[in-house]
Amino acid sequence: MSFINYSTKEINCKIVYYGPGLCGKTTNLQYIYSKTDPKMRGKMISLTTEIERTLFFDFMPLSLGTIKGFKLRFHLYTVPGQIFYDASRKLILKGADGVVFVADSQVDRMDANLDSFDNLKDNLAEHGYNLDIIPLVLQYNKRDLPNIIPVSELEKALNYRKVPSFEAIAVKGVGVFDTLKAIVKEIIFKLKS
Amino acid sequence: MDEFYFLMDEEIASKIEAELNRLKDESNSKAVFLLDKNGQTISCSKDTEGYDKTSLGALIAGNVAATGGLAKLLGEKEFSILFHEGENEHIHINLINQKFILVVIFDESTSLGLVRLRVKKAINNLIPLFKTINNKKKSNESKPIFEDITEEDIERLFQGE
Repeated sequence: MSFINYSTKEINCKIVYYGPGLCGKTTNLQYIYSKTDPKMRGKMISLTTEIERTLFFDFMPLSLGTIKGFKLRFHLYTVPGQIFYDASRKLILKGADGVVFVADSQVDRMDANLDSFDNLKDNLAEHGYNLDIIPLVLQYNKRDLPNIIPVSELEKALNYRKVPSFEAIAVKGVGVFDTLKAIVKEIIFKLKS
Repeated sequence: MDEFYFLMDEEIASKIEAELNRLKDESNSKAVFLLDKNGQTISCSKDTEGYDKTSLGALIAGNVAATGGLAKLLGEKEFSILFHEGENEHIHINLINQKFILVVIFDESTSLGLVRLRVKKAINNLIPLFKTINNKKKSNESKPIFEDITEEDIERLFQGE
């Protein structure tokens, strides 16, 4: 739910990175954090397990400057990807203005992608959101690994809405900002319409 | 999904801020914040410059959300009050109307009892003010901000990424 504060001329929006375990959601945020001017971002908070897996969420506030006299701020969140943490995923989705679904391109992770995508749909529905309407961008991550699924197949399996989609190698930053820019656009145009 | 808050004018914002300052003074606490349930800071008392409000907001909202999940598991509607006791500093968190979160940070110079008492009074004063923060479907009032935004405007936001 966007927060528009007329007294301070600020707009805050929430973006949630969703996807199966180990698909690269946290890596996306870490790359954005490492490449953003410190003046434009706040602290990155990661609530992780002892083995650095996301336990609750990663969080990073990002200021994108001014648009029509309003300061534009985005709060980026990731959800824990492991199946076990579904209750946490549900909580973090609440109030999302847009979702980035990060798919793992490896052949043996296709089932996990599909399960996670179905889980996204269900969890959105629980909050009264509709996956057919909410601003959504797809990212096909790990394109540098061997034994990956062709993009055409990923598109067929996940992109029924024909939303913007990007190939990525998040660990090297490839496609990370393209994805972010696209979801920001989707959210702003949703606010506009 | 399409709901918005509008702090319509400076007058309401300053009334809320005055109430938070009163709570801070009367409870002898260190800082008072008002957040929405997503963790966005709506207002805060004076002397909060030293706090990372954005991080505090996100973590407290996560805390409230997780506790809300626990409440549901136990068949409770919600746990409206959370209290975290530290060695030197403590946090009192109050969920108001299932929409807003009132946060009081205090230390040994006051007591939990006094904080609770003053928080109750502050909530009674804040609730009428919340009615003036519209939480409604996107209205025409938002359109002047967005209606003429172009792709170029958005591209410009990412220059120098």
